[in-house]
Amino acid sequence: MRYNEKELRALSQQPAEMAAELSMRGPKKGSVAKRRLVKLVVNFLFYFRTDEAEPLGALLLERCRVSQEEPGGFSISFIEDPERKYYFECCTQEQCQEWMEALRRASYEYMRCSLIFYRNEIQKMTGKDPLEQFGISEEARFQLSSLPRDRRAACVGTQLDELD
Amino acid sequence: MHGGPGTMKLNERSLAFYATCDAPVDHAGFLHKKGGRHTASHRRWFVLRGNMLFYFEGPGSREPLGVIVLEGCTVELVEAAEEFAFAVRFTGAHARCYALAAESQAALEGWVKALSRASFHYLRLVVRELEQQLAAMRGTGGDGEVTVPPRRPKENGCCSAVWSAEPPAAGPRCPPLPPRRRRASTPDRPPDSAPFAQLHEWYGQEVRALRGQWLGGQTQP
Repeated sequence: MRYNEKELRALSQQPAEMAAELSMRGPKKGSVAKRRLVKLVVNFLFYFRTDEAEPLGALLLERCRVSQEEPGGFSISFIEDPERKYYFECCTQEQCQEWMEALRRASYEYMRCSLIFYRNEIQKMTGKDPLEQFGISEEARFQLSSLPRDRRAACVGTQLDELD
Repeated sequence: MHGGPGTMKLNERSLAFYATCDAPVDHAGFLHKKGGRHTASHRRWFVLRGNMLFYFEGPGSREPLGVIVLEGCTVELVEAAEEFAFAVRFTGAHARCYALAAESQAALEGWVKALSRASFHYLRLVVRELEQQLAAMRGTGGDGEVTVPPRRPKENGCCSAVWSAEPPAAGPRCPPLPPRRRRASTPDRPPDSAPFAQLHEWYGQEVRALRGQWLGGQTQP
């Protein structure tokens, strides 16, 4: 697949939401853990050799699953192949927790769900649509109907009986 | 896949799945894409998902030909030989400029609008603004807690269902919370004034416990 690598590299140089030196191991069998500088920028996780300015690679964080692996470690995998995991080791469980939470909220999809949630909450409280001021209230991607049913409930708050 | 020294790795396989998954897309349609300055345009099927603009040979294609990451771009109308022409332009030295053309005025306007608001940065600005508005309304803006929506994603983009657990806000304008149907025993429940993230975490545990009980009940003969 072709992609605009130059722009992606430029993105990797932007201020990061989170950045740290972590131990990283790829999903291939027999891969070895290595020290990497790991940077979260928008919905991409970039990883660098610790002494290099250019990224080795990037993971787009959509449809991913972040799981705890042993104390102090976590993994990232993707919905279509959950056993194919990228492993990361942190210095402390606290750091690990911080990363897991940040990565779970890093996707565009999560951001969109947040927007719909806040929109709905504000609308409930004020009777007004807060997206009108931005001129985007009619966009299909911000309507509740654009979400799959199980996520609709989560974004507007639901009752115990709506789970599963 | 990209190969050779100096090229970045990207999780292209996951990207392809993201491109073709059955969630609703943000925008889709045919556009004409110019290969290079002196080459002809190709008619491609474009799909916008989040901040990623994928292009396929056609609507039925199983894999994208390519993707344009839309962070940091501007979208502008251009004067060109083709009708309904526009460009997705990036900044910086030797920056790319994607020359595109829609097939009607309406399609042109739709695409320019959709692409110019597609970036993650833009969406995040809007979300932060709404977060602040909500915090100000609830009078919790001062404690530094960032409220998060009542959602506990084990997987990004595919969450386990949860529910809203905030205590009712003060003031006559706020509607009362709907009554809770039933509730497990609640030892150690955090106080209603606890930060939202903590309440959310606590209720998430309760949810999982109850689900476990329910599922356990279902498998009994």
